[in-house]
Amino acid sequence: MPLNIILVTLFALLLFGYFVGRKRSLAISTLNKGQRNLHSLPAYYGYMVAMWAGIPAVLILMLWTAFNSSIVTSMTVATLPESMQSLPADELGLTINEIKNLAQANLFNEDTDPVKRDAAQHYQRLQSISTRAKTVVVFIAALLGMMLAMRLIKPELRARNMVETVMRWGMILCAFIAVLSTVGIVFSVLLESVRFFGAVPPADFLFGTTWSPQTAIRPDQVGGSGSFGAIPLFVGTLLISAIALVIAVPLGLMSAIYLSEYASPIARSFAKPTLEILAGIPTVVYGFFAALTVAPFIRNIGENIGLNVASESALAAGIVMGIMIIPFVSSLSDDVISAVPQAMRDASYGMGATHSETIRQVVIPAALPGVVGGILLAASRAIGETMIVVMAAGLSANLTINPLEAVTTVTVQIVTLLTGDQEFDSPKTLAAFALALGLFVITLLLNIIALHIIRKYREQYE
Amino acid sequence: MNDFTSTIRAGLAKRYARERRFRLYGVVSLSISFLFLLVLLFTIFSKGLPAFQQTYVKLDVTLDEKLLGINRDSTEDEMYSAKYSKVIKKSLQEMFPGVEGRKQKRALKNLVSKSAAYDLRDKVIANPELLGSQQTYWFLAKDDVDVFMKGKIDRALPEEDRRIKDYQLEWIDKLSAQNRLEKRFNTVLFTAGDSREPEQAGLKGAIMGSVFTMLVTLLLSFPIAVAAAAYLEEFAPRNNRWVDIIEININNLAAVPSIVFGLLGLAVYINFFGIPRSTPLIGGLVLTLMTLPTIIIASRASIKSVPPSIKQAAIGLGASRMQVLFQHTLPLAMPGILTGTIIGMAQALGETAPLLMIGMVAFVAEVPNGVFDPATVMPVQIYLWSDSPERAFTERTSAAIMVLLGFLVLMNLFAIILRKKFERRW
Repeated sequence: MPLNIILVTLFALLLFGYFVGRKRSLAISTLNKGQRNLHSLPAYYGYMVAMWAGIPAVLILMLWTAFNSSIVTSMTVATLPESMQSLPADELGLTINEIKNLAQANLFNEDTDPVKRDAAQHYQRLQSISTRAKTVVVFIAALLGMMLAMRLIKPELRARNMVETVMRWGMILCAFIAVLSTVGIVFSVLLESVRFFGAVPPADFLFGTTWSPQTAIRPDQVGGSGSFGAIPLFVGTLLISAIALVIAVPLGLMSAIYLSEYASPIARSFAKPTLEILAGIPTVVYGFFAALTVAPFIRNIGENIGLNVASESALAAGIVMGIMIIPFVSSLSDDVISAVPQAMRDASYGMGATHSETIRQVVIPAALPGVVGGILLAASRAIGETMIVVMAAGLSANLTINPLEAVTTVTVQIVTLLTGDQEFDSPKTLAAFALALGLFVITLLLNIIALHIIRKYREQYE
Repeated sequence: MNDFTSTIRAGLAKRYARERRFRLYGVVSLSISFLFLLVLLFTIFSKGLPAFQQTYVKLDVTLDEKLLGINRDSTEDEMYSAKYSKVIKKSLQEMFPGVEGRKQKRALKNLVSKSAAYDLRDKVIANPELLGSQQTYWFLAKDDVDVFMKGKIDRALPEEDRRIKDYQLEWIDKLSAQNRLEKRFNTVLFTAGDSREPEQAGLKGAIMGSVFTMLVTLLLSFPIAVAAAAYLEEFAPRNNRWVDIIEININNLAAVPSIVFGLLGLAVYINFFGIPRSTPLIGGLVLTLMTLPTIIIASRASIKSVPPSIKQAAIGLGASRMQVLFQHTLPLAMPGILTGTIIGMAQALGETAPLLMIGMVAFVAEVPNGVFDPATVMPVQIYLWSDSPERAFTERTSAAIMVLLGFLVLMNLFAIILRKKFERRW
């Protein structure tokens, strides 16, 4: 049975379990002066039966589906002749793919290699056995669980407590998914990075100044052996992020000050959501805008004043990215500025200071830690931003801090390394994971520092 | 008057001027942001609006049985594989006799889109009686003709710099003089999947891909996020190390660059669990992890705002804590939770970078029918089209952006209405 039919049938079975459980609880209980001698409401007995039936079955189904393909593949590989099994990993992978495709397409003719044909047929057989066994095992588990639960039902059974305990563990599991995904990120990125650093020494990666990830596909090929110096990428990322911050920090901060200190409530209620629109526009739209409008515009200006501007200049990407992060800076600054106690402002006015003097000499210094935290958060956002730079920044690594030239960034390289032809084991693809590790660590550090500063600041006034 | 007041008076004008300047800086920086927003929207709309119209060409085609090699009694298979492009070519040649040379002949054929032959095929299969008769049909024009008709190609340019050559101009002029060229609403944009030919490329595949991806995301992230938020707010022990770890992780996930989630999807979902790439299923799984923090944070705020008196009253009447949660707290917190969910989904709908990592950039011409079909989503379609060199794709990219922004506006509007209508302040 295909997966979706199994799921639908299982769901119907659970519904059935709920009703029979509920019925059974009513049947075994006795009415005494209008009161049942049941511990819990009848529905809880129904839920309990459904849980006993559903949880083991779903667990089996999940595990089976998750590990099915790898087990069936390795069983197929085991039947291949020795000579094929001892092939290097990537060639073996190709062969396996070929076999799988054969099995999927179900097209065998005289041209197919008999060994592969046999393997593909074996694969098909295993797959169908696995699917059938899965269906049987899942439903047996569900029925067994249901029967067991039915036998448990007694008036004094604490069904509600059982159901609630299970639900509570379910909720804990859901909350734990956040931890699991962090672990998943760290593991996937770290494991592949370790493999990458097995091929390329970490010092070359961290301190090398040339980035050309093109490795020769065949050993006899002329061409680069690939050099993986990440310095130009990180410099490029920092350059574009710096331009973005130069745009976003003054504009965002001044907007926040104006909105929270000067603007009338009506103006504020219009201006704030409008500013938030900038944060809601998808980054791919900014990228398109940067590549199509801003970059040519900057180039034209450059030409008119006699400057040579690359058509994928860091400036264009940086400016557009800066506009994108204005709302982050402004809304975070707005929060911290509003958190400054009114008493401090009043004291300043009482001394005869004007509004702007109060803001500059009292409010901003008091809010400074929070503002700095907000800027760090914006910076981490800019460093991790992908689509704008993929569409508007360059592809070739160029170690420069001239904003008029084309530079490339970490995220751009991750995208170019991993889209297009993929061979999973070459240093070229693994390099993307090493870059992602760097990106992850940098943004994580920035965030931890920023959140720490903001929290410390909040505590000061609470 | 003493000395102090006079010193202060002297500096007052300067200080007031500074005050006015400071205020002006605020107005100016707000205006710059708004100006930028306006320019962005104006550029997109002015570029994208023409794409909602498409040029059609009227042709008189003779459905010559000999030329097609079929007749009314032919089987459907034979009708399906007949060369309808020959008929169209002939009709064009009759209209413009004396076209010589291979290049010009090809240019003549390229006045109408390749889809014209398929249109004709469908019409003949639907009604074989048409064979042998002469009919007049409107066909999709080729993208170059369309671009020219929308005034994007300057006649005054020297011929070699123009995509439309002089002889093509002559044909187009003749066609429009005979009222054989017409701009109509572009239905192809909404009814077709992706294509390499700009005039045949539509958004339907991407829209359906987005719908399926969002469905997976919603079905996974909503229950998980609400359960997590409810646990953290209502049940989690205070000052527990594990709870702290969970909270720190949720905050960090919200700040992880989106592309890293794509790498997670590639390494864990595709390479470890073997989930098929390019499908809405894997897209939804990756986006779920990204939207979880947004929904969890919004749900927690909403659950927290339910007054304790309501919960205490329920507990006083003998409800268990789980019953309080499901019968009182969650229903009361639901508007806030739903608002947060919609905002999270809107973010997920515009997300591009992680999907590039899990193969959703593949060229998919078919409209997906389920979560296991290869698909692309709207923002990725925008990225793909923006990369295409054809002029007509620029216009379609902007139109696709308009459609995407339209969806986002609708979602956010819905969230605002929900908040306005159901939000309660206690």
